[in-house]
Amino acid sequence: MTPVVEGRAIVRDYHVPGNMLRRARNVRAVKGIDFSVQKGKTLAIVGESGSGKSTLARIIALIDPASGGELLIEGQRVDISARRPGPELRSKVQMVFQNPYGSLNPRQKIGDVLTEPLIINTDVPAAERRDRARAMLQKVGLMPEHYNRYPHMFSGGQRQRIAIARALMLNPSLLVLDEPVSALDLSVQAQVLNLLADLQDEMGLTYVFVSHDLSVVRYIADDVMVISKGEAVEQGTREAIFANPTHPYTRQLFAATPVTDVEAIRARVARRKAARQGTVA
Amino acid sequence: MSLLTIRNLTVRFATATGSFTAVDGVDLSVNRGEVLAIVGESGSGKSVSMLAVMGLLPDTATVTADQMTYDGQDILAMTPAQRRKLIGREITMIFQEPVASLNPSFTVGFQIEEVLRLNLGLSGKAARNRALELFRAVGIPEPEEKLKAYPHQMSGGQCQRVMIAIAIASNPRLLIADEPTTALDVTIQKQILDLLMSLQEDYGMGLILITHDMGVVAETADRVVVQYKGRKMEEAEVLDLFENPQSPYTRALLAALPEHATGDRLPTVSDFFDKEAVR
Repeated sequence: MTPVVEGRAIVRDYHVPGNMLRRARNVRAVKGIDFSVQKGKTLAIVGESGSGKSTLARIIALIDPASGGELLIEGQRVDISARRPGPELRSKVQMVFQNPYGSLNPRQKIGDVLTEPLIINTDVPAAERRDRARAMLQKVGLMPEHYNRYPHMFSGGQRQRIAIARALMLNPSLLVLDEPVSALDLSVQAQVLNLLADLQDEMGLTYVFVSHDLSVVRYIADDVMVISKGEAVEQGTREAIFANPTHPYTRQLFAATPVTDVEAIRARVARRKAARQGTVA
Repeated sequence: MSLLTIRNLTVRFATATGSFTAVDGVDLSVNRGEVLAIVGESGSGKSVSMLAVMGLLPDTATVTADQMTYDGQDILAMTPAQRRKLIGREITMIFQEPVASLNPSFTVGFQIEEVLRLNLGLSGKAARNRALELFRAVGIPEPEEKLKAYPHQMSGGQCQRVMIAIAIASNPRLLIADEPTTALDVTIQKQILDLLMSLQEDYGMGLILITHDMGVVAETADRVVVQYKGRKMEEAEVLDLFENPQSPYTRALLAALPEHATGDRLPTVSDFFDKEAVR
């Protein structure tokens, strides 16, 4: 089966202009990354800030062009460096951003937020656009009467639902999600993750899920790619990576992730008690 | 033994549509050398109650409490001058956004020496030496060089170390950390939490850690207060809280942790209790 999205040796350079004291130079943010995601699956990209994970996400979402390598969407080679992606391609790939407070225009009603992708990319008549937007609101767990409200009237979790609804308006096959739950409270995070899982089942969506939170990744991913300094240091199925992380950087990430296991807490409390008695005696 | 004691703290904000109660009758105490975590989601009033202690709330806020004492002294009855002696010396605080907490126009060395000058009366060489000592204590590499750096020249983790250095400059007996690692990567978060815990043990400080992250609670706290919509839901020793949570809200929070997921779906708060029951 052709993968929904495939990358071959993707490279991205940023040009840093020089000044009086420093020469101009190129920074390679993504250094030749290969990946592929099958239909209905979730690839999680894990890394720290500055690792290049968001750069890669923007390349996959057809927002920024790659400086080198090949990107294939449903088996077709895509190059957006010369020409912006047309409606057909745009309809296949959509993106959800990290901060739902920043990604919605505060002066746009929710109905307009949702119908805008249709206006730009399709010639669906106005009445049908409205109907589709109302139906989509329901699909993501909001109410049709939210259609005429503004973003500030919604909570963070609801806004992220709106951002997801907007991304789904064009019936994409691939959704790129850049830290979609990291700005949300824990209980809201659970709701949004459940919603994403439901939508994936229902619509056969493929996800590229960028995250720094390993507990979220463990819950949602089929495959995991760990990137550090622009390189994919480890790639594999979720089971394989969580059972047996081999790269030192992956191990470091695991070691740093807080453990909420009762036995671990018991051990820590005991250690602390011992240390205290040590100082008293 | 209690360092800070708060009884029946209520904070109201005057808003255009009437008064809004952000903290509603919260009791709280922290002992010497103890790490207390206050956990809650946004809007739970966890930061507001600590800002009330620090006196950092805007004029629109009304703070009332049956008792608010630090080491036996009544904080609410203090004159502003008395309060300034306490806040920033005996009780200090660090915030979520380390880069935003520092003044971008001055070097971090200037900013830490300012604290030493104002609070400890140190100047010149003495201040410089103490600043170096503090930078070493919080693990900033090349401290001599870094004193001359501006905040934008340092990473988020390093800026938080500077903030911690400033906060412990006066040997406080109580440090309040408001989401100190939320803006940081996990590996840096680990370093900062380890640093806070080792300083807490070395200096014997009381530490109040405000967080929404159950993982942070599990790794640091002795005792935990869970807040929801301005009210205290539960208070327990950390092990009891994770092993045997009493309040439905705590159970919901723990179940919503992705690492505790058993089936395909994550339980959400509404699976555990309807919000009407709490309000």
